[in-house]
This record gives sequence, structure tokens and C-alpha cells, in this order.
Amino acid sequence: MRTSTTTTSSGITLSTKSCRIKFARRFLRSLAEIKKQKRSSASSSEEEICKRSKRIKMAAYSSMARAVGPRMNWSRALLFKLRNRVSYPRLVKKKKRVTVRSNKVPRSKSSVHIDRGNKLRKLVPGGKSMDYICLLEETAHYITCLNTQVKVMQAIADNLSK
Amino acid sequence: MSSRRSRSRQSGGSRISDDQINDLVTKLQQLLPEIRNSRRSDKVSASTVLQETCNYIRNLHREVDDLSERLSELLATTDTAQAAVIRSLLLQ
Repeated sequence: MRTSTTTTSSGITLSTKSCRIKFARRFLRSLAEIKKQKRSSASSSEEEICKRSKRIKMAAYSSMARAVGPRMNWSRALLFKLRNRVSYPRLVKKKKRVTVRSNKVPRSKSSVHIDRGNKLRKLVPGGKSMDYICLLEETAHYITCLNTQVKVMQAIADNLSK
Repeated sequence: MSSRRSRSRQSGGSRISDDQINDLVTKLQQLLPEIRNSRRSDKVSASTVLQETCNYIRNLHREVDDLSERLSELLATTDTAQAAVIRSLLLQ
């Protein structure tokens, strides 16, 4: 596996447009598949909608990770997570974070700085095993891609509700 | 407790690549709508940028959640005219 730290900075701006199209194609394909699955069970109950929205969410994240490909650490980590059926465990983490936050301890400036890096590590897939510089680069790329993902999903939703 | 150890580790790490980290933090700041357009951009500290980054990522995750739900509801009611959607996306 390649861990490039210098090439990513220029790759960020170059890749966003093609990334957008690649993501849109993959995501729409998964949406169509999900819709097919829905037809077989044929129900639009609340439970069904909830289940399907989870599937759509997983499809969105994995479509983006596959569109980016294996050149970034975060996309590899995200695909690994999704392949192993570990659903994006944000709710669990949120609970943990709250309990940590509740016992307030006065902190020095440096410890706050380190703390924030760690918070970022939890939010960026694969961030726990990155060094600080790598984390910052990967975060910049991840944010750009997430933003694209949201925009495309928004466009599809707007289009469908016309 | 562990403050001494962490401080020494940080100073050791930052000596190697201080400029690189500053560059990356500035780049990160450009991506954040909350503080990107602030004219006083030089005054935004690294920890603020990191904090804002965390908030922004959480917001985006939440938006993905909401949009997934919306799409799920839409799939229940509409027929996906996939070709039309793709065409309109490519035209944008």
C-alpha cells in the first residue's frame, strides 16, 4: 500500500470533478438496486423506510470510498469498515464522548490541541493510525469528498421530489 | 499526570514539520465555510480550525443521515427515472 503525503495536496483539486461523476454513477446504481430489493418485500412502513435509509447511507459512503479508490487512507479504512459490516458507529461514540466531557478537568493549552487532534481522528475513517500531518491531509480530502457526496445526494433528492 | 510527557512529545514532533503543519491547517481552513471567509484569517488559531473541522464533519455526517432518510422516503413513493437523473446531474 502506498502512503503518499506529498501528492495528495495537488490531487485534491484535480480529483473533485471526476470524483463527483464517479460517485453519482455508483450511488445511483446502488439506489436502483435498493429500490429493486424494496419491490420484493413491497412495503413502505416506517420500519422499512428506516432500514432502507440505513442501506442508502452505507451505499453513499461506500460509493464515495470506491470512487476515490485505494489511494487515500480514509477510503481504504472506510471500505474495510463497511466490508466487515461494522455500521458507521457514530451513535455509540457520541455517548462515550458525552461521558468523557461531563467530568470537567481544567486543561492546559497543549493538551487541548492534542485532544482536538484526537477528536478529528475519531471522525476521519482510519484516523487513529495516522500521524498528525497525514491526518490533516486526509481530513482535507475527506471533507471535500463528503461535501461532494452531500451535494450529489441533495441533487438526486431534489430531482426525485420534482 | 501525563502533561509533562505529552508536552515534550508535542514539541519534539512540531520541530520537524512546523511549516508543513501550518500550511495544512491553512488549507483546512479554506475548506470550512464558517471561517473561510473571515478577513482576520491570520488570527484563527490552529485549535479553532481543528474544532471547526470536527463540527463541519459532524454536520456533513448529519446531512448524509438526513438525505438518506429523505431518499428512502422518496424511493417508496416515486419511480426512479435513473437516466433522467444522471443526465441532469451531468448537465449541472
